[in-house]
Amino acid sequence: MFSKPNDPPMLTAFKDSSLVGMIALLIFSPISGIILNGYGFNTHPQTPIMLAFIVFIGRFAYQLAALTPWGQRLIQKFMLSKGKRGVYVASPGDQRYLWIILAILFIAGLVLPFYLSKYYLTVAILALIYVLLGLGLNIVVGLAGLLDLGFVAFYAVGAYTFALGSQYWGLGFWSAIPLAAAFAALLGGILGFPVLRMHGDYLAIVTLGFGEIIRLVLNNWMSFTGGPNGAKAAEPSLFGLEFTRTAKTDGHIPFHEFFGTTYSPNTKFIFIYLVVFLVACLMIFFFSRLRTMPMGRAWEALREDEIACRSLGMNHVTIKLSAFMMGAMTGGIGGVFFAAQQGGFVNPTSFTFFESALILAIVVLGGMGSVVGVVVAALVLTILPEMLRDFADYRVLIFGILMVFMMLWKPRGFLPIRRPYFTKEGQA
Amino acid sequence: MSDVASPTPPSPLLSVQGLTMRFGGILALNNVNFEVQKNSITALIGPNGAGKTTVFNCVTGFYKATEGQVILNDNGKTTNLRKVLGEKFQWSDYVNPPAFLERLYYKTFGGSHRVNQAGVARTFQNIRLFREMTVMENLLVAQHNHLDRNLIRGMLNTKHYRASEKRALETAYYWLEVVNLTEDANRLAGDLPYGNQRRLEIARAMCTEPKLVCLDEPAAGLNPRETVELSTLIRHLRDKHNVTVLLIEHDMGLVMGISEHIVVLDYGQVIAAGTPAEIEVNPKVLAAYLGTEEGDAS
Ligand SMILES: Nc1ncnc2c1ncn2[C@@H]1O[C@H](COP(=O)(O)OP(=O)(O)OP(=O)(O)O)[C@@H](O)[C@H]1O
Ligand SMILES: [Mg+2]
Repeated sequence: MFSKPNDPPMLTAFKDSSLVGMIALLIFSPISGIILNGYGFNTHPQTPIMLAFIVFIGRFAYQLAALTPWGQRLIQKFMLSKGKRGVYVASPGDQRYLWIILAILFIAGLVLPFYLSKYYLTVAILALIYVLLGLGLNIVVGLAGLLDLGFVAFYAVGAYTFALGSQYWGLGFWSAIPLAAAFAALLGGILGFPVLRMHGDYLAIVTLGFGEIIRLVLNNWMSFTGGPNGAKAAEPSLFGLEFTRTAKTDGHIPFHEFFGTTYSPNTKFIFIYLVVFLVACLMIFFFSRLRTMPMGRAWEALREDEIACRSLGMNHVTIKLSAFMMGAMTGGIGGVFFAAQQGGFVNPTSFTFFESALILAIVVLGGMGSVVGVVVAALVLTILPEMLRDFADYRVLIFGILMVFMMLWKPRGFLPIRRPYFTKEGQA
Repeated sequence: MSDVASPTPPSPLLSVQGLTMRFGGILALNNVNFEVQKNSITALIGPNGAGKTTVFNCVTGFYKATEGQVILNDNGKTTNLRKVLGEKFQWSDYVNPPAFLERLYYKTFGGSHRVNQAGVARTFQNIRLFREMTVMENLLVAQHNHLDRNLIRGMLNTKHYRASEKRALETAYYWLEVVNLTEDANRLAGDLPYGNQRRLEIARAMCTEPKLVCLDEPAAGLNPRETVELSTLIRHLRDKHNVTVLLIEHDMGLVMGISEHIVVLDYGQVIAAGTPAEIEVNPKVLAAYLGTEEGDAS
């Protein structure tokens, strides 16, 4: 800004860094330089100055690095990925051995719960639930390109369908899964039909509002949902066998009595884990296959160019609606497992906007459309915070930093998007 | 104006009647009338900003015309291309339930996609491909409405589904051959050279099996050799594939060479229409073009 074109590069760098430092000082001064104390306030001038100085040094170092050839190469490599798209076309036969890896992972996933403690079982179940939610939102945001900031609404609807259903109509765990899926999809359809004619920002705001409305209704409709006290869902069961010490429902017998083993509190979580694992695998299969089917292709085409889609005779509203409903359905299924994992107890505090943001982070980090990426991101983003309990306070900060770096470095996610290769015979 | 030198007796495939389009205070189109004969190559020309693209957008349903009618008449099957977009309710609808229901239906499920389904495909002045999908996928998406979209059959990969996908692939490869892009089948559409992108967009429009294809400046940005290939391609489409072509083009060599009928637009009005020979010597057309050229020079 203050620099002239013929300044020596060092001076330019210094001036630029000073400017950045000044901006940092302006921003940090009110935030960290003034601390409220009763009705007055204390000033801490040294804090913002120090922060601004750190920013200045950082910027100056970056500028100096940019002057050296190796620094330039480094920046080229890590910062500016604008030239590269992060999309590539598969080559025929490059996934020939994929099924071996998948089979190993599948068996490992099946065996895993028997070696986990109860605490890590609940973490693993939660991670798989987020895989489901990530897959669901991935359809809406990653494939169809519809920014949905209220995805948690469908998650809540799923959880509450199970809880309220079992409270009022004696709904069981197994019947709750399809019912919650159908109900969430129906709600998604009802919301979507009028809303999906909107674009980008408008849609984001409407969905954000919808997420909050659902939470507020659950919180305030005391007589039906139990309000902040929450609702209690039935114990999960398998062919009438329950996983509790004594049966909670008439006609059911506890699992350990039936098999004549001793009671273990883990059994129930192993059971939930296995069910959610199988459902997640099914969904992964379903969605990866869908990507190469007309419906999935239409979603992606819609994300690429809606006007072109309309010119090709595709009804953009119904295509968006199908994506929205499919995503909602998956969110609803996730909700049922969440209610089961929570020991059957759900309350509205689990369904805040932060949850929507977390699921969106999973989709963005996973790479907007990549099934594998979303699965990995979901596992990492749920398991890592549990492992790093000591840093729990910084979780959101770390998410934020991670997101900023992702956007700069790999805006299309960790894994590049793979496009199918076609021969005249079919997909290779 | 209807004395077109076409071999078949004139039967308009598309007729545009009294088309008026207003954008706030701007009158972009003012009472535009013209017809496109079946199996003809018709060109829409005019200086920059004359309203040619606006005519296309009104015909293909991306703009709702302020006034006027656009009628597609294909072998006795007549489609009102404005009605399928969904129109405002009229007072008479409230006493006429069938008309009310029809309008409600088109209001809910209508839209520009219906125009394509009626048989009008188009390309865009600024190319609109699915850039991060492969060339093949672009052509498969275009066949969306002809495919087996049943989820269960697709998941189970049934015979019916496989046959449908195979047919789509064959159609796609067929069109790639026609536009000479077979080599590029598995490249990302956005990575193709400009000329190939233009041809891919035409192939993609053709995959929807249209009766009328509207090309918005297909030669823009092409080199002379590619322009010659393009005119061969357009003729081929008309002769071998039985489609009617309506094109907007600034390249007069191309327009005069391939079109049978030319409509000239200036300031949103049709100032002339006729055969290339008639248009070439029409004083109004010369004035419109020379006028703008003089304006550019000064
Ligand atoms: N969506 C719109 N809103 C407002 N004005 C518009 C809109 N679309 C077109 N116009 C105006 O209508 C007039 C005709 O534009 P149009 O794009 O149809 O011209 P054109 O004949 O296709 O020109 P070109 O040869 O440059 O493509 C212009 O004055 C333009 O500014
Ligand atoms: Mg134009």
